[in-house]
Amino acid sequence: MTSAVTEAETEDRAARPAKAPAGVTAGQPGGAGRRPDRLSRQNLAGWLYSTPFLAFFLTFMAFPIVATLLMSFTDFGLRHVTHPLDAEWVGLDNYAALLQDDKFLTALFNTGYFVVLGVPLTIGCGLVAAVLLNSGIDRLRTFFRVGFYVPVVTAIVAVAVIWRFVLDPSEGLIAGLGAQLGFSTPDFLASETLAMPSLIVMAVWRNMGTAMVLFLAGLQAIPAEVREAARIDGAGPLQEFRRITVPLLRPTMLYVSVMTTIGFLNVFEEPFVMTDGGPDDSTLTVSLHMYEEGFRFFHMGSASAMAYVLFTVVLAVTLLQLRLLKDKTR
Amino acid sequence: MKALDSEAAPARPGRTATSGVPGARAVTYTLLSVGLLVMSAPFVWMGLSAFKTQADLGASPPVWIPTTWTLDNFRELLSLMDVGQAFLNSAAVAVLVTLCNLLFCSMLGYALAKLNFSGKRVVFGVVLGALMVPGNLMLLPKFVMMSKMELLDTYAALILPFAAGAFGVFLMRQFMSAIPDELLEAARIDGAREWYIFWRIVLPLVKPALATLTIFTFLGSWNNFLWPLVATNDPDKYTLPVALATFATDPTKSDGSNGVLMAGAFLVVLPVIAVFIALQRHFTQGIATTGLK
Repeated sequence: MTSAVTEAETEDRAARPAKAPAGVTAGQPGGAGRRPDRLSRQNLAGWLYSTPFLAFFLTFMAFPIVATLLMSFTDFGLRHVTHPLDAEWVGLDNYAALLQDDKFLTALFNTGYFVVLGVPLTIGCGLVAAVLLNSGIDRLRTFFRVGFYVPVVTAIVAVAVIWRFVLDPSEGLIAGLGAQLGFSTPDFLASETLAMPSLIVMAVWRNMGTAMVLFLAGLQAIPAEVREAARIDGAGPLQEFRRITVPLLRPTMLYVSVMTTIGFLNVFEEPFVMTDGGPDDSTLTVSLHMYEEGFRFFHMGSASAMAYVLFTVVLAVTLLQLRLLKDKTR
Repeated sequence: MKALDSEAAPARPGRTATSGVPGARAVTYTLLSVGLLVMSAPFVWMGLSAFKTQADLGASPPVWIPTTWTLDNFRELLSLMDVGQAFLNSAAVAVLVTLCNLLFCSMLGYALAKLNFSGKRVVFGVVLGALMVPGNLMLLPKFVMMSKMELLDTYAALILPFAAGAFGVFLMRQFMSAIPDELLEAARIDGAREWYIFWRIVLPLVKPALATLTIFTFLGSWNNFLWPLVATNDPDKYTLPVALATFATDPTKSDGSNGVLMAGAFLVVLPVIAVFIALQRHFTQGIATTGLK
């Protein structure tokens, strides 16, 4: 019933008077005869309750999304911040320039590197932790769960400051461990080859808690009967994991990987605080490059184009994941 | 922690077979303990280093536990940046953002869960779409807008863009869908107004969801970085993460004084961890609700 009525009334939704007499309301089209006055009351209430969110959404989301697109076709610069409409239309020049810009291509590659290594590692660690926590231990279960989740709730900036110190070549935790155990440690963040892997390790450390909690909820939703049946049929623990756990976790896997990938593609704080994109642009990510172009050099047209390239990548990767990971058992 | 154990209890039939094998359980605990050690090591290292003297910090071989515990790092931090003001800014912004979200998200969540209104599916589609859009995409025009409205360096600039988050709407809708329609219908038959139903009947029923939303929104605001970084230029309006990051990345200020930085990180992280441990039950419930749809 709900959807039929909703469909029929889509047209006359907005300008319904607040205190319409019952007779008038009853005569309106689309009421389909059943309790039209109550429906119109719900219509009005529904739209009133939607208004604050929609107002904020239109102002701070819908409009800026369109504005970014428009800005990406202009030469928007510092002087246009005060006079936005004076910006000159340059068509696809910003996009064409990006494809020629080695720095942007490096940033794109680095972001891909971060995602391709970081996302599977985060999901893997989260899954392993969830399976261990779900494997019949009763004691300390909450203790471990809370412990693994703590990094997620802390500010990335603070975490990045802490990790910069952990990796510090002279006073850091790892250098200290090395000195104690008698091996030498590299200067992770100053090395072109090691800086990015260091950021990835830190991101996995910080984000695996989210994946773990989601997988744990997914694991607990698998009915015991299914596992029992598999065991009666002679499935070993490994087979049970491969044939029961993994397929039934598919929806959770899809959600975790989509959300983690979106987050990782937008990586900003970690390189901003820990390396400032260095050494030699080896940790420069698209978001960081966009920030620098937009707010250090005020090349806002070009930065907007970067934002849209990144957004297109996010959309494409999300759609790809939806295709690859969608529930094939249905 | 007791509460969480009982919450987890119904799930126990779903556990896998290791409980029968004595060795497997030991392996599980060992792996989990090693994992926990790795997860907590950076925080422990931060906590210890924040109270170390300069001599202990630079010592080789390293000093794990401070030989003398000192508050010098905190004193120096306070002399270098206005931690109190940043703390106040972060708290004010987070409280106001949270209040706005509690009101606006539960209003729309209620409408989407329990009211039949035309265009409802469009609005829900908007909410789902908004969940997926990364904040970076809106950054530049938002800055220009705020600049035109002369709102940069004000609380309004820090609060308004986050006053009604799609995540909150989604969360509230999920929880409110569980309220029986008959209850609301009965109230309507008794002549209750829609606002009364929402305010007096629905909201008290979803207190756990409001608690979850409070925690997530507050933390999200407390930890938010990129927008406050862009929207504030005046150190008096810096939030804690911006103040810490500015301090950490300013080559003229941080003369390799890692202890001071750890003192700063300590002040940012400690309240959050304390709140999290006190309220952890609401976290895991909230995430599970949104994750499983």
